[in-house]
Amino acid sequence: MKFDDEPIPGYSLPILPGHYSPGRLERVLRAGCFAVTTEIDPPDSADPAEVLKRAAIFDGYVDAINATDGSGANCHMSSVGVCSLLTRVGYATILQISCRDRNRIAIQGEILGAAAMGACNILCLTGDGVQAGDHPGAKPVFDLDSMSLLEIARTMRDESRFQSGRKLDLPPRVFLGAAENPFVPPLDFRPHRLAKKVAAGAQFIQTQYCFDIDLLRNFMRKVSDLGLLEGPDRVFILVGVGPLASARAARWIRANVPGVHIPDAIIERIEGAQNQKAEGVAVCKDLIHQIRQIPGVSGVHVMAYRQEHTVAEIIEQTGVLAGRVPWYPGRDNPEELNPESPDALQEETL
Amino acid sequence: MYSVRRWAVRHARLMERTYNVFEPLFTRLDPLWRRLGYGRLEKPVAAVERGLKGWLFDCRMCGQCALSSTGMACPMNCPKNLRNGPCGGVRANGHCEVKPDMKCVWVEAWEGSQRMTEQGGARIHQVQPPVDFQFQNTSSWLRVSRQKRQERLIARSGHTPGQSHGEPSA
Ligand code: SF4
Repeated sequence: MKFDDEPIPGYSLPILPGHYSPGRLERVLRAGCFAVTTEIDPPDSADPAEVLKRAAIFDGYVDAINATDGSGANCHMSSVGVCSLLTRVGYATILQISCRDRNRIAIQGEILGAAAMGACNILCLTGDGVQAGDHPGAKPVFDLDSMSLLEIARTMRDESRFQSGRKLDLPPRVFLGAAENPFVPPLDFRPHRLAKKVAAGAQFIQTQYCFDIDLLRNFMRKVSDLGLLEGPDRVFILVGVGPLASARAARWIRANVPGVHIPDAIIERIEGAQNQKAEGVAVCKDLIHQIRQIPGVSGVHVMAYRQEHTVAEIIEQTGVLAGRVPWYPGRDNPEELNPESPDALQEETL
Repeated sequence: MYSVRRWAVRHARLMERTYNVFEPLFTRLDPLWRRLGYGRLEKPVAAVERGLKGWLFDCRMCGQCALSSTGMACPMNCPKNLRNGPCGGVRANGHCEVKPDMKCVWVEAWEGSQRMTEQGGARIHQVQPPVDFQFQNTSSWLRVSRQKRQERLIARSGHTPGQSHGEPSA
């Protein structure tokens, strides 16, 4: 899709009537397109070029890029830092904020700062426990939970005030998201918890990795029965997917990454293949085909940690973009190319 | 104690009924509490509350009790202090991501809420405000009593009561 008012990199789009943010993701979702988002691997470095290089891998295949906030409780470049670098050249970003590391004072300041830097989407997360990461001795903060974080962010945006009640001069114009994991207990409560998140302000959801279509179908049916997919306050659901590198990797993830449910059948299928890596990608594509058929699903969130180069292939071959080329720096005007994208580097050497 | 707290959740309905008798009695005594002085009562009442609720629910004295809205499972026992539902890390066996030996507080809470009355059980669906840490280690009972009095006064003077902060509780 092409908008006649595509952005000048670094500047916001006009906010359309009935929209909350000046961002492209909200436009794509509200236009009814099947959206694709992905996750950038934040560097363990202070090098801005590295961030741009890692983003360029997705050029033309994704509608927005998640900047993770110490995911898995491991330390990396901050989500605000990554978003600021990316929005400068025009990428659409989803800023992840976790409640694990900061209290309400820091978080609200971060929301303002990120919005000022052009981040249009915020994903409100609880965060993995510190025990899961590389600094198990850190103090877990958890001053807020994802639900109260959503509510605070919405209050800042819609009522233009901090949680304390103090007024903001200019509210952050952000599209608010949250996570959900339909695949772990208490399964019956999960759709209701989603309803609670929508009541607290969630406008889009990105789910945990889906490897179990039946559970997802059930979940979506209940979510739809609760009326969450209709009306102006409806929620858009992006289902998490990703390629598994091998059967061994899958088993490791299942045992060590909190909240990832992988049925034995999937692992066995990969194990039985000649080329396990290719089979992992094939499984991912099959899942996307099935997910797309489920009523109410608005898109996929592709998490391909350390396999980022497979995202283009997966999206291309599943055809979920239906011919659409999501905007990226340089799509319409080669002068705007991301300086770290392979195309730009090639031009230089010519 | 872990075993007692799990027993309390298994008997969430009984806990709910008991509290529904206790709360009006306690808050009706407001004139007496005022005569004795709420400030002076804070320490002894908080001590009793800590003893009783600590034994029954492993209560952490957040001072803004949510038990009635969480199926009688104290959410402050969740290592992430979640007050609005489980995180995404719950293990396949229903145990906690952070403490593998403990059943997830929110798996308990959901089960407890299903055992409560329809009205009480439905409170798990309400969004809870973040904890106000200024109330930590103070009596939630006295707070509810003062709050109820405020509500009565407002109702009498014909104003619509403002949104009360948090749910009254056990
Ligand atoms: S698994 Fe349950 S008890 Fe453990 S941190 Fe998550 S919500 Fe809290």
